[in-house]
Amino acid sequence: MSAIETHQDDLTSKFGMWLFLYTEMLLFGGLFIVYSVYRYRNAAAFHLASEELSVAVGTVNTIILLISSTTIAMSITAIRKHNKKLALILLCSTILLGLAFLVNKYFEWGEHLREHIYPGSNILALRGHGDVLFYGLYYFMTGLHALHIIVGLVFIVIVTVSVAKAKINADNFVLLENGGLYWHLVDLIWIFLFPLFYLIT
Amino acid sequence: MENENNHIIPYKTFLLILSGLIVLTLISVTLTQISLGALTVAIALLIAVIKSTYVLRYFMHLKFENRFFTFATVGVIILLAAVLIITLLDYLTR
Amino acid sequence: MSDQKMTEEPSYLEHKGKYKGILSWILSTDHKRIGILYLYSILAFFAIGASIGLLMKFELIAPGKTIMTAQTYNAFFTLHGIVMIFAVVIPGLPAVFGNFMLPLMIGAKDVAFPRLNLLSWYFYVTGVLLVVISQFLGGSAPDTGWTFYAPYSFRTAGNMLPAVFGAFVLGFSSILTGLNFLVTIHRLRAPGMTWLKMPLFPWTLYATGWVQLLATPIIGITLLMIVAERVFHIGFFDPTLGGDPILYQHLFWTYSHPAVYIMILPAMGAISEIIPTFSHKTVFGYRFIVGSSLAIAFVGYFVWGHHMFTSGMSSVALYVFSLLTFLVAIPSAVKVFNWISTMHKGSIDLQTPLYWAVAFIFVFMIGGFSGLVLGSLAADIHLHNTHFVVAHFHFIVFGGTGYAFFGAMHYWYPKITGKMYDSRWANIGLLLFFVGFTTLYGMMFYLGFKGMPRRYYDYDEMFHFANIISTMGSWIMYSGLAIIIINLFASLKSGTKAPADPWGGKTLEWTIPSPPPAENFEEIPIVTKGPYNYK
Repeated sequence: MSAIETHQDDLTSKFGMWLFLYTEMLLFGGLFIVYSVYRYRNAAAFHLASEELSVAVGTVNTIILLISSTTIAMSITAIRKHNKKLALILLCSTILLGLAFLVNKYFEWGEHLREHIYPGSNILALRGHGDVLFYGLYYFMTGLHALHIIVGLVFIVIVTVSVAKAKINADNFVLLENGGLYWHLVDLIWIFLFPLFYLIT
Repeated sequence: MENENNHIIPYKTFLLILSGLIVLTLISVTLTQISLGALTVAIALLIAVIKSTYVLRYFMHLKFENRFFTFATVGVIILLAAVLIITLLDYLTR
Repeated sequence: MSDQKMTEEPSYLEHKGKYKGILSWILSTDHKRIGILYLYSILAFFAIGASIGLLMKFELIAPGKTIMTAQTYNAFFTLHGIVMIFAVVIPGLPAVFGNFMLPLMIGAKDVAFPRLNLLSWYFYVTGVLLVVISQFLGGSAPDTGWTFYAPYSFRTAGNMLPAVFGAFVLGFSSILTGLNFLVTIHRLRAPGMTWLKMPLFPWTLYATGWVQLLATPIIGITLLMIVAERVFHIGFFDPTLGGDPILYQHLFWTYSHPAVYIMILPAMGAISEIIPTFSHKTVFGYRFIVGSSLAIAFVGYFVWGHHMFTSGMSSVALYVFSLLTFLVAIPSAVKVFNWISTMHKGSIDLQTPLYWAVAFIFVFMIGGFSGLVLGSLAADIHLHNTHFVVAHFHFIVFGGTGYAFFGAMHYWYPKITGKMYDSRWANIGLLLFFVGFTTLYGMMFYLGFKGMPRRYYDYDEMFHFANIISTMGSWIMYSGLAIIIINLFASLKSGTKAPADPWGGKTLEWTIPSPPPAENFEEIPIVTKGPYNYK
């Protein structure tokens, strides 16, 4: 395939990925709408409930994702400079950071679950409407986000294997770019989830 | 749609942006610990928007892609904002 | 005109690929075969939805119980809505004619992502199967209406989960189709085909693609929230837990209103192809049709509240939505002027597709005007949830998308099948269908105005006579439908062989053989002129 044709195909592929990202933005957008409405109607309760979340863990997780976005972005530079080894190191770092995020989430959720704060629990219902809605949104939005992290990690693993096999290389790296785009979106969503749940005290 | 992007972003640029993003994160955490009333959330969100802009323009390469992608991305965000505002309009005026 | 190259290439129907028999169809990534797969699936589900409609009308021929209980009637109108909306009219024109014709009309060999295209069809089939399953599992059939309003949708004993999840999966099919078409139109137009040289059906598929892409995720997340309510009691729409049922309606209609533009924009695109061809005259105001299509897609995002006038929204919201609703009618009306002006002083060829197009304009205008009536706040207080609404959306959706579908079916039949249909039977079927349709749904305007509620299996004796007329209209309509469909199937066997360009059309699909070869074009054409360049 000629260089022009490959380039055309790359642009087509990237275009498709961007359009898919737009659907994800709208998907989470719907939840941000729900959040906005219920935050408006239960401002005080949301403030108080937010204090029960650990800002420290949230901040660490935010920084983890920011670093992971950096590593995957750098891996594109690496592959384009024919530095396959560095690209692999960066991609593996991205995966590890993503897993670290999930582990943090697991412990965070675990704490709340131990206190019987979860959708449908009587304890939560007794605390009042504001709390029910805050935690409902918390679990649903961070849960959906975590699901996307998992999907993103699977995508990146596939990409990493392709890099190792040199199927992704300096002349053909659109799959890596697309994987990066998806991962950055996951990071973007968290950039907004973080202040809305942890910093509204 | 023909935008041959020969520009490879140097590692240093990414690391610089990362530091900026971390600094912004820490600023938003610090500021929101101070009680500023309604302004707290506004500031936190403003900082989030600034961080997103850098992620979109540099990590997601919008600065170097065909203008169409920036246009479309901004369009989608505006659409979402419009739907949000109209929905809130109902609740704000009930 | 008809570029009859001496080609030995077999058509896409005879093409021998990697697989044989049924596998060569259900594993094919050829956009033409995928279009046919959708055609048969959608036809099958249309038959199911229509049969349910027929039975519903029979129940309503007399007050009280006629052939079914109230619970059954509720389950019927729910299934009728889910099937017709999610499985027939939303996929409808894009999935069948978009898939088949888009690459042909822009001079491409296929869509941008052929395998994704096949996946879209698999999602479609999975989605509809889930909806079918919801009828037969333990519990009872879903009875919430296709609108799944909270809180009933998470309190009812009906099998909501498979139905809701089925709709969710169908959403994926729609999103991926839209995505595919958007990229195809951006990237695969033939050399020389600038945006403003592209025919109008692809333009409407473009506008529709953005709506499919950007609106569908909203209902996706809303349906997931319903699942979360049913399974986890999450509380988003449960008043006892602090949720607001009206918020459900906001989210639901934020998608479902733009969804009607998914239904109607490609329909208008098809009409915009048929009319110039059978007027042998170029489209009047091509740029206005393009602009108004995009305007409809855009403004259509902001009018959803007109489905919620009596729900409890604030007065400010009521005024804003009513105003925006009137605004969105303007670009729709613009098109009607364009079509009529195109026909004016044209050389009219009276063929079946043109009859459908003219009938479309008639019923679409009635549907549209009745929409303005409903968009007026004071009138809507009286008419909301009456049969007036039912009449409105059947005129505009069945009348709009349905008539355009049949028009497109007859227009492109020679290209798709390589045969000509029997036009005498086609026209007889159309006439019967039209008479039945206007009777069936026309009476509903009267009934609604007089106060007959919708979604009730019983009614006051004062509505009886009009209901009898309406139900009889349904029988006439179905006879017409039967004739139309049987004729289309029969002509597959007994129709005369179709030339490449039976109608004198000027768009690219008419320059290749009927039916087209597997690769569409021997050589990608180079386009120098705009479409519809009649002398």
